[in-house]
Amino acid sequence: MSATVTTVSKAGPTAGEARTEESGGLRDAVRRRRKLLAGGGVLAVLLVLGAVLLGGGGWPAGLTADISGPLDAANEWVVDNRDTHPLFLYFLLHLSNTATDAVNGVYQGLDALGWLGVMAAAVLVAWRSAGLGRRGLRVALTAFGAFAVCGLLGMWDATLLTIALMVVSVAIAAVLGALIGLAAGLSDRVDRALRPVLDTMQVMPAFAYLLPFVLVFGTGTPAALFCTVIYAAPPMARLTALGLRGADPAALEASVSLGANGRQRLWTARLPLARRQMLLGLNQTIMMALSMVVIAALVGAGGLGEEVYSALATTDVGKAFAAGLPIVLIAVWLDRTTAAAGDGTGTPGAAGSWLHGGRAWALVAAAVAAAAAVRTTTWPDTWTYDISTPVNKAQEWITANLTFTEVWAREFTLWVLNPLRDGLVWLPWWSVLLLVAAAAWLVGNWVSAVTATAAMAAIGVLGVWAKSLNTLSQVLAALVLTLVLGFLAGVLCARAKRLERWVRPLLDAMQTMPQFVYLIPVVALFGATRTSAIVAAVVYALPAVVRITTQGLREVDPAAVEASRSLGASTRQQLLGVQLPLARPALQLAVNQGVVLVLAVVVVGGLVGGGALGYDVIKGLSRGEMGLGMTAGIAIVCLGLVLDRVTQRTSRTPR
Amino acid sequence: MRTVRTFRTAVAVAGAFGVLSLTACGAAETGKSNTAGGDKTVKLTVPSWVGAQANVAVAKQILEKELGYKVKTQQMGEVLAWDALSKGDIDAILEDWGHPKEEKQYVDTKKTVVKGGDLGVTGHIGWFVPKYFADEHPDVTDWKNLNKYAKDFQTAESGDKGELLEGSPDYVTNDDAIIKNLKLDLKTKYAGSEAAQITAIKKYAAAKKPFITYWWTPQWLNAQIDMVEVKLPEYKEGCDADPEKVACAYPNTPLQKFLNADFAKEGGEAAEFLKNFKWTTEQQNEVALMIAGEKMSPEAAAEKWVKENEATWKAWLPKK
Repeated sequence: MSATVTTVSKAGPTAGEARTEESGGLRDAVRRRRKLLAGGGVLAVLLVLGAVLLGGGGWPAGLTADISGPLDAANEWVVDNRDTHPLFLYFLLHLSNTATDAVNGVYQGLDALGWLGVMAAAVLVAWRSAGLGRRGLRVALTAFGAFAVCGLLGMWDATLLTIALMVVSVAIAAVLGALIGLAAGLSDRVDRALRPVLDTMQVMPAFAYLLPFVLVFGTGTPAALFCTVIYAAPPMARLTALGLRGADPAALEASVSLGANGRQRLWTARLPLARRQMLLGLNQTIMMALSMVVIAALVGAGGLGEEVYSALATTDVGKAFAAGLPIVLIAVWLDRTTAAAGDGTGTPGAAGSWLHGGRAWALVAAAVAAAAAVRTTTWPDTWTYDISTPVNKAQEWITANLTFTEVWAREFTLWVLNPLRDGLVWLPWWSVLLLVAAAAWLVGNWVSAVTATAAMAAIGVLGVWAKSLNTLSQVLAALVLTLVLGFLAGVLCARAKRLERWVRPLLDAMQTMPQFVYLIPVVALFGATRTSAIVAAVVYALPAVVRITTQGLREVDPAAVEASRSLGASTRQQLLGVQLPLARPALQLAVNQGVVLVLAVVVVGGLVGGGALGYDVIKGLSRGEMGLGMTAGIAIVCLGLVLDRVTQRTSRTPR
Repeated sequence: MRTVRTFRTAVAVAGAFGVLSLTACGAAETGKSNTAGGDKTVKLTVPSWVGAQANVAVAKQILEKELGYKVKTQQMGEVLAWDALSKGDIDAILEDWGHPKEEKQYVDTKKTVVKGGDLGVTGHIGWFVPKYFADEHPDVTDWKNLNKYAKDFQTAESGDKGELLEGSPDYVTNDDAIIKNLKLDLKTKYAGSEAAQITAIKKYAAAKKPFITYWWTPQWLNAQIDMVEVKLPEYKEGCDADPEKVACAYPNTPLQKFLNADFAKEGGEAAEFLKNFKWTTEQQNEVALMIAGEKMSPEAAAEKWVKENEATWKAWLPKK
């Protein structure tokens, strides 16, 4: 899996790169055709051989290894020893107590500031990060609006608790990520060794490792915090490494010629040059952390997630929405603020340059202190507005009137999902392995073929073959839907700028609104079926695909498009003949992100009737059966690996 | 050059972890609360279903208003709650539907959890069909006739068998074994969460479609959608002992309270109050319906109930 850049702003390739790639395209195509022919021949021979030697059917029971026994034993050991064993007393318990104290400290700090103080801090920091001009004003207004709405929705206290958890987990994730990124950016070997680790950290569902963390660190803040850190650190690590590697050689050359040694060069040239990437990494880390808010609530971390989760028990969509909206708003506020800081608009050069650096920060601090001195407490109760009733009414009306969704879901299940699943399950196990190997080899090289086959075989060995194929059928269906819709929407957005501006807040909301909020509407529309799981996945994965596609098409060299137009190409010809081929690397990244994000929702799918691996992961957590949950989690990681290898070309650009 | 750099990075990373572990020079407190948020505090778990939320809301109301405690509530899964109860992260579980494995481990072996007595509410699990369907086909309420109706319960998910709708993985269920052992043309479909199951049931009911579901009482939805239980072979002590061979109905479960052992000993008035807490199924349903049916906040619902039922809860207060 490559970098998980969900709100991509710099992911697209430059037109220059795309063109050089195109010039080698012809040779590439010839080689591919030859490879295809050879591959087809070998595959046919192997299929016949396999049929004769191995017979058909699912994964043979003799070739499985049950890992749930040892895992459950480990689980038991932890429960029996955690109050007495030195490892816990002298190390792990300190970690968990420190974590609790840190989050508690931040929360109490925010609470002491009062609502006026918190708001002043958010607005002023946003303004300071984005500079004095109109942009600064807009970012500051976004911050003000976000907090005001959180208060108005009656979620002030929950919002503060969530922010406290976010501050601490993002801080740890950022430091950890930066350190890992530093190591990976400076050494190729470390980079190669870390990549699969980072992939696993992101694709392994948090539900699967939540249980071991709860057992070791206890329910509540610590387990939630550490899980959030695991999930959120990879983008920081990846983008830091990317920034360090991508530093302008000329600048490095200059610093060497000035006699800088290795460390000086790192501090004075490489790290400053990587600043933009690192800030983008921080931005992504924040978004990832926010998406864990509801999952954190499952182990009792409180905050907005708990509000969402408890609303589910009464199937109160309105209340869930009222708690989900602040999460979206916090995300928007932090996204705009960190993005502005990343662009460096707040740095000198602009008008009023006396208002920058330490002086401006002192001003911000003074203003916040003044606001805090007013000693307001939490948000006043009378200033709240209950949106749950209108939202519930709207939801009921929609689900009562959109009856075609159910028919559609039924047909989709009967004509697409069932045949796909039954077909995959019906295929003899060795032929699935062969298919995977062949596909990965055709797309990449023999290394990717071996990796993909090994991952697929691991699924069989774990004893979850049939369930994994069921999940795979759902993932494939969701992926195809996401890509078709995403590419279409991306093309439209790239062509109509105004449309993109309208769609942007919607995409933001789709990406950051916890999936738990739309769980009930999805079931109300499509029933507790696999189709619901697929719809939930599409909603979550679509924005990233749309964004990357739009960005990729936008950055296609205008000269190439102009040239084709002057040759008399129609709009359609321009799009199909020039823009899409040139934007291919971006489209590939979009496919990759589609895979990662669809897999991320497999577990949520288990909550709405998706069954298979997703259900096993939730069951493992809620029944305390670590073996079951971890096995399914590992199988999901393996599926991710397979899908990655069969969809991504190996001629990867350096990251 | 490169190896030197790698080495330095490694030293830096090791240094960082070193500093981190330096904080670990003494033994940590074990019984420390793990929740961000405050000495006279009672920690309760809020299970995901509404009946249990009603218990907690009412207990909280009385503990705070009458006894001057501060109540902290934590939401988490049932098995996680048992684990937290054993560690002292929470003080009490007010409604437990039976977790024999955990009971054995924590109550009998480790003795970190003690029984808190009956809640007073009796739970019952079973298979239910909607009343409108049972009225039309009265014989559906006997399991022997279920195969006749399997076709009516068929969905795109269940293929050529009837679909038996199931809920969250949290719940106690023998349904797969029951179907197999009674040779029924049914297939379980796990909705995956209570919310999904309720939404699906509401959807069927709105369209007056036939369905059969794993369901239970007490449940607030029963006041909104009339459902009739399908008779399974009668429950006899021990007929569900072997999970593979179950072919009988579910028992009636008097729901239990459990307390952390230390809390039960040192919890003072709060512990005594929680041990005394006992109400009826109807009373619980009254509060649950206010929360789920009328969408009142649990606090408001509990406040209303406490105001109207003084005689009931006065008896729970510790004798002075």
